[in-house]
Amino acid sequence: MISSAILPQPLARLPWRLLFLIGSIATIGLLTLYSAAGASLTPWALKQAAIFGVFLTVAIGMSWIRESTIKQVSFPLYAAVLLMLVLVELLGFVGKGAQRWLDIGPIRLQPSEFMKPAIVLVLARFYDLLPPADIRRWRAIWPAALLLGVPVLLILVQPDMGTAIMVALIGIAVMFIAGLPWWLFAGGVAAVAVAAPVAYSLMHEYQRERVLIFLNPENDPLGAGYHITQSKIAIGSGGLFGKGYLQGSQSHLDYLPEGHTDFVFSTMVEEWGFAGGLVLMIAFALVIRWGMRVSTRAKTRFGQLTAAGLTAAIFFYVSINLMMVMGLAPVVGVPLPLVSYGGSAVMTVMLCIGLLMSIERQQRTSTGLSTLRIPA
Amino acid sequence: MKHQRFTSIHQSLSFSRRMVVFGGAQAAVGAALVGRLGWLAVAENEKYQLMSENNRVQLIVVPPRRGWLVDRNGKPIAINRSDFRVDIIPQQLENPEQTLKTLSQLLHLDSDEMDRILKDLKQGHGFQPVQVAESVPYEDYAAITVRLPELPGVQATRGFSRYYPAGPAVAHLVGYVGTPSPKDYEKSKDPLLLTPGFKIGKQGLEKTLEPYLRGTPGGQRIEITAGGKLVKELDPKPDRSGQTVQLTIDSGLQEYAARRMGDQSGALVAMDVESGDILAFVSMPAYDPNSFSRGIGRTEWKMLSEDDHIPLLNKVAQGLYPSGSTIKPAMALAFLKQGVDPKRRVYCPGGYQIGNRYFRCDDAHGSMDMHSAIERSCNTYFWATGLITDPEPTTEMVKYLGYGEEFDLPIPTQRYGTMPSPDWLEKKYHRKWQGYDSANTSIGQGYVLVNPLQLAVMPARLGSGKLLQPRLLMGKPRKPIPALDVDPRHLEFVRAAMASVVNDRGTAVASKLPLDGILMAGKTGTAQVFRLVERGVKNSNWALRDHALFIAFAPADKPRYAIGCIIEHGGFGASAAAPVVRDSMTYLFDQKKAWEALAPLEEQWGGTLAERNNRQIARFKAAAKANAA
Repeated sequence: MISSAILPQPLARLPWRLLFLIGSIATIGLLTLYSAAGASLTPWALKQAAIFGVFLTVAIGMSWIRESTIKQVSFPLYAAVLLMLVLVELLGFVGKGAQRWLDIGPIRLQPSEFMKPAIVLVLARFYDLLPPADIRRWRAIWPAALLLGVPVLLILVQPDMGTAIMVALIGIAVMFIAGLPWWLFAGGVAAVAVAAPVAYSLMHEYQRERVLIFLNPENDPLGAGYHITQSKIAIGSGGLFGKGYLQGSQSHLDYLPEGHTDFVFSTMVEEWGFAGGLVLMIAFALVIRWGMRVSTRAKTRFGQLTAAGLTAAIFFYVSINLMMVMGLAPVVGVPLPLVSYGGSAVMTVMLCIGLLMSIERQQRTSTGLSTLRIPA
Repeated sequence: MKHQRFTSIHQSLSFSRRMVVFGGAQAAVGAALVGRLGWLAVAENEKYQLMSENNRVQLIVVPPRRGWLVDRNGKPIAINRSDFRVDIIPQQLENPEQTLKTLSQLLHLDSDEMDRILKDLKQGHGFQPVQVAESVPYEDYAAITVRLPELPGVQATRGFSRYYPAGPAVAHLVGYVGTPSPKDYEKSKDPLLLTPGFKIGKQGLEKTLEPYLRGTPGGQRIEITAGGKLVKELDPKPDRSGQTVQLTIDSGLQEYAARRMGDQSGALVAMDVESGDILAFVSMPAYDPNSFSRGIGRTEWKMLSEDDHIPLLNKVAQGLYPSGSTIKPAMALAFLKQGVDPKRRVYCPGGYQIGNRYFRCDDAHGSMDMHSAIERSCNTYFWATGLITDPEPTTEMVKYLGYGEEFDLPIPTQRYGTMPSPDWLEKKYHRKWQGYDSANTSIGQGYVLVNPLQLAVMPARLGSGKLLQPRLLMGKPRKPIPALDVDPRHLEFVRAAMASVVNDRGTAVASKLPLDGILMAGKTGTAQVFRLVERGVKNSNWALRDHALFIAFAPADKPRYAIGCIIEHGGFGASAAAPVVRDSMTYLFDQKKAWEALAPLEEQWGGTLAERNNRQIARFKAAAKANAA
C-alpha cells in the first residue's frame, strides 16, 4: 500500500500491489498476442488492451461498492442470471453448434460467464443467512445444491462443458469453506467416480472424442488429438528460456491451433520457456494468495465466503486451463484469464477482482468498527 | 457424536481449518503444474524440440538419379536420359480451371489424365509438385515454356527417364521401371514414392536390385506453415545417386544372341565356364523396356499380350521345357559311375518294347555303344541301359549336374522345374518307380522339366568338371568352386562323345564352329510338346511342333564357354537351336565372323531386331486405328 502524501487519498487507498500483478499478467498476455499475430497489434493485442482497460476501470469502480449493497443484490442478481440462462435456451443464438449467447443490441452476453461470480454471491449469502447451528443439518445442503445444480444443468445442456465444470467446482468450493460435513465431499468424489461412465454415455460425440483423445493423444495425432499434441510440442520445445520473443515456430507457422485463445500459454512458453511460464504462474499464485488473504481477513461471514469463492473462481480458471494445455486434462475450452484473447474471461475475472477489492476496502476502512463489534 | 450447539465460534474455527485445506490443495495443484511444465519444457525438451523442427521444416523431394546397370566391360545396359516434364505447384496455382484447360491443349492430354491431375491436386500438399506430364516432346515443352508467365504455378523442367540402349534384347534380364503403385506406398510409407517422376523397379534386375539402384533423395528444405504455405527456403539437402551395378553380362553377346534368334520364340543362356558368370541371358521375343519406363500405351500392351510367342514371359527364368535328349550326357555319366561298360553294345532296331508298350526311336541305329549312342542320340540304348541301372543314383547324378536345381540369382521369380526320382514320385504321386519311368527319364521326357538356365549350367559343369554356380553380379564375392564328385576319366569320355555330336557323325554336324582349331562339343534335344502318332517335327501347326534344344561348350578340349538354348516349337534340336548356339559361340571367339553370319539372315528376316520391332508396333497401331475407325 502506498500511503504517500503526493497521491490523493482515493488513489492511495487502491491495492497497488494487486493492480501491479494484474497489470503484469495482462502485459504478458498482450505481448504474447502481439507475437501470435505475427508481430502485429492487430487483430488481437490492441483490442485486448482496450477490453482490459475497460474492465480494469469497471473493477476499480466496483471497489467502492459497499458490502451491504453486494449482499442485497446477491439473490436478485442470481435470479437475473438464471433467467438469462433460461432465455439462452429458449431464444438462443446458434453459434459454434452451441447456444451460449444473448444478443442485446450491440452487446453479446454470455450469461454463463456471469454465473461464476453470481453463484459465489448467492451461496455466500445463503450460508450467511443460515444459523451456525444448522450447518450440519439437511437444510444446509439441499437449498445450496438446488441453487448450484439448476444453473450447472442449464449450462451443461448448452452444451458448455468447461463452464459447467467451473461453476460446479466454484459452488462446491464455497460449500466446502462454509463448513459442510466432510463426508459430503468424500461421498461426492465417490459418486463422481461411479457417475463418470454414465456421464460419458450422455456426452456429445465431440466431447467423448476429446476425453478419449485426452487419455491417449498420440493415438490420433492429426485428428482430434492434434490440439494437445501440438500444444505439448510448443511447450516442450521452449526449453528453459524459450526460443526467443517472436521466434515461436509452432505458433507462427500455425501448427498450434487456438494459439491466441485457449492455448495462449503454449504460445507464451514456446517463446519464453520454462522461466517465462514460471513467472506467469507465480504472478497468478500471488493474485490467488491475495484473494485468500482478503477472505481470511474478512470480518463478516458473507465477506469471508464471497472472497474465498471469487478466489476459487480465479484459481479454477487458471489451473483448468494450464492442465488442459499441458495435457493433464481434456480440452474443455477454458481460456487463461487476462492472457487469452477474448472479452468474456477478462470480464469475469475483473468482476471477481472488483468484488474482492470492494471487500478488501471495507476491511481497511471499517477496521475500528469491526474490532468493537466482534469481541471474540 | 455428541450433539453440541454449533456456535459462531465453532464456525470461525471451521472456516480457518477449511481455508488451510483449500489453500493447501491450491498449492498442491500449483506445484503439480510447475512440475509438469518443468517435465515438458526441460526434461523432455529434446524430444519436443525435434518434433517442433519436424513440423517446421519440410523437404521438397528431389528424386535421386537411379544407379546405372553396366555390363562386365562397363558398357551401359540401363542408364538415365534427360527428358522434359511439366508439373504444377498447387500453392502457386492461381486460376486452376483456365490453367488446366490450357495445359491439356498444349500437351494433348486426354480426359483420363485430366482426372488424375485433378485428383492429385486435391490430395496433395500445397508445396509438393503434382505431375502433369513427363517425357514431354521438345516442341510441347517449348510451347509451355513461352506461355509460363500466364500460367502461374506451372513448372516446366528437365527430368530423367530410364533408358535401355539395347531395348528388347535386355528386356527380360533387367525388367523395367514404373511409377510406384499405391500398394508400394502403403508398404513403405516413403514420401519419395509420391514424388512426381520417381520410378521404381517393377521387374527383373531393376526390381531385385532396387535397394542398390535407388539412392537417397535430397531436396530443398523449406519452412512452411501448417496450412502448407511457404515461409522461407533453408539450405538444400544434397541427394545421392544410386549405385552403379556391374553385371556379368557381355552386352555384345546379349544383343547378338537376341538378334540371332530372329522371330523365333526361345531363350539362350551363355556362361563363363571358369567363373560361372552369366554372359548372356536372352528371352525372345521381348517387349521394349523403354516403352514401359515411359508408361506403355494401350495399343502396345495389347499387341504384346496377344502375341502367341508370349513376349511378356521371361522364358529364361520361368519357361519350363522337357529336357529331351540334352539329358543324355548326364545319363551316360550316371551309367559310367554305376559301372556300365562304355563298350557294352545295344542293338537298335528302331524301337524298344517295355512291358506292353513299344517305344519308337528316331531311327534304326543298329548296334550302339555309349559313345555312338550319345553322338547319334539313340533312344533305344538309353532305354535299355536305364532299365539295367538303379534309377535312384542315376536321377541323383542328373540333378547334381543342374537339372531341376534352383540357383541363387537376383531374379524375381525362378521356376526350376523337376528332375524326377523314385523318392520324388513316391511323395508326389504315391506310386512306385516303373520301368517306363526309367525309360522316359533316360531321354528327358515324362516328368523331366528344366529351365534355360539349367540348360547352360549342365554343359558348364560337364565342360569344367566343377560344381559351377551361375552368377549375375560382378561385385558378389567369388567363392572357390569345388570340383565335381565324378571320375575325371568318365567326364573325359562324355566330353569326347559330345564333341563327336558336332564334329564327327553326330546329330549336330551341320553346326560346326567356322573357326580354325576351335571345336564345339554339344548335345541336341527335341522335346515333345504334344503326343502324336507321328513325331511333330514337321507339324504344320506351329504351336504343336516340338521344342528344339541344344547345350554346348567350347573349345571342346579346353572349355571356356557354355551355352544352353531352347527354341520353342523349333522342331529338331539340330535344325533350330544348334545354329543359334553355333553363331553365338562364334561371337565369343570371333565377333567379325559372327556378324558376317547374321547379316544375310537379318536381310532375309526383313531388318534388324530394332527395325522389325518398330515396324511391328507401327503395324499394330495402324491396325488398331483402322479398327477404331
